[in-house]
Amino acid sequence: MSEPMERRACITGIGQSQIGRRIGRDPLDLTLDACIAAIEDAGLTRDQIDGITTYPGAMGGAPGFTGAGVTEVQDALRLKLSWYTGALEQPGQLGAVVNACMAVACGLADHVLCFRSVWEATAQGSGKRSGIGLPSGGGGGGFRPSGTMEWSLPFRAYSAANWIALSAQRHFHEFGTTREQLAGIALNARRNAALNPNAIYRDPMSLDDYLAARMISTPLCLFDCDVPCDGATAMIVSRREVAGDLRRRPIGVEAVGTAIRGRPSWDQWDDLTTMALRDAGAMMWERTDLTPADVDVAELYDGFSFITLAWLEALGFCEKGEGGPFVEGGTRIALDGDLPLNTNGGQLSGGRLHGFGFLHEACVQLWGEGGERQVGGDPEVAVAAAGGGPLGGCLLLTGPR
Amino acid sequence: MSEAPEKPFRLLPRVTPTNEHFWRGGREGELRFLRCGPCREYVHPPAPRCPACLSKDLAPAAVSGLGTVHTFTLNHQQWVPSADHPYAIAVVALDEQSDLRLMSNVVHCPADSVHIGMRVRVVFENHDDDVWFPLFEPVDGAAQ
Repeated sequence: MSEPMERRACITGIGQSQIGRRIGRDPLDLTLDACIAAIEDAGLTRDQIDGITTYPGAMGGAPGFTGAGVTEVQDALRLKLSWYTGALEQPGQLGAVVNACMAVACGLADHVLCFRSVWEATAQGSGKRSGIGLPSGGGGGGFRPSGTMEWSLPFRAYSAANWIALSAQRHFHEFGTTREQLAGIALNARRNAALNPNAIYRDPMSLDDYLAARMISTPLCLFDCDVPCDGATAMIVSRREVAGDLRRRPIGVEAVGTAIRGRPSWDQWDDLTTMALRDAGAMMWERTDLTPADVDVAELYDGFSFITLAWLEALGFCEKGEGGPFVEGGTRIALDGDLPLNTNGGQLSGGRLHGFGFLHEACVQLWGEGGERQVGGDPEVAVAAAGGGPLGGCLLLTGPR
Repeated sequence: MSEAPEKPFRLLPRVTPTNEHFWRGGREGELRFLRCGPCREYVHPPAPRCPACLSKDLAPAAVSGLGTVHTFTLNHQQWVPSADHPYAIAVVALDEQSDLRLMSNVVHCPADSVHIGMRVRVVFENHDDDVWFPLFEPVDGAAQ
């Protein structure tokens, strides 16, 4: 393979808004806070931003799922763009960042602003959303699901919690995975969140607490599900040739994974225990000489704890089916373990920033700015991955240099 | 975990000429999928062409309604208020073709008796004489 396009891209700045439960702020206001912070962090001015990308962009659907689209941010900041895109149909949330890498590598833009914002906590708290986004009025208000939802909602599988539970149960069956093992991911997230002042849930949690939590959809309990929040995350992807004089030493994008080689479906995927993460992970390693053993820190999507376990297997940190023993007890994945995992508390305890939080935290760790939760030994290689079910995308980061 | 006396609330799908064979096959007691004339592949969800051979020669065909629970979950959360929690959601693999799968519910047995590998057969739940939901019950009575 010729040099992968992503080597011509780098991350030059990151930003985040206030993060919290039901903070009740205008979602565009939160989004701009994150975007402006990222631009300033890179040492850029808004006149230099010539691209935007986001997930999922402006759309209908459940209130709170998206805080702003491309055009709102462009107009609010009066940006002069050469290229932009915002879409739901791409390789997971971080597919938007891969798009930015392509744009700068192809010369369509120099500095692309990438963002994702949510206000699900406020939306749900104000009664505008009933948790599953069904129209109000009882009885579904005449709502009739179509498209992919036609094959799940009529069978009372209303939530991604149900769809992921089906995958988790199959994994438990095939490989003997247990709730005690899965707990390792939730407990690790809570331990790390205690060291992150911006995390939502920071109180200690024990294995007994986890096992006593109410069940949501077997085998997933409450603490296997992430916590809705309000907040926005942004980063700047720059073309490497124009990144040299900026404020920070850039973080390199060594490889990306975007593949989906099975049926794009929660229930029709050929191997429910892997989900689409299998293909994204495999593709990422095909594009680099680095190996899983080179990774110093892993930030892996945990919309549900089982998804993190599946990413660990998909990315080759352990053999297929060995995710349970890998995380059991949490020693291996702790901040001082072999593979520090979800160092800011993930979405389980940190808040459901929906994918971009993992990439943000990978950059924090590589820049050595994790404060109390900083991984020791000056980490040089990090992986950030997002998505579950039929969605998956991942990036391998190096640097800074 | 007794069986609810009434049918639970269900969101009804939007029935169209494309999917009517599936959602209303139960009126005649049949679980129907599109099947390819030339290569005999069953196709689900419905599509305009056979994904195996790209033929447009597809027609609804009844299957036996027998299958195996490929995976399941017992839903405890009250996404929509109802009296029969927890209830079993399952992915059922039909006997006719290894990748012919359907998300559905396993009914007429205690939820905690549902397990992977359980043999099941289709049973229909009619709502409003509009949709006949294909659900599954144990082949040999309750827990096996």
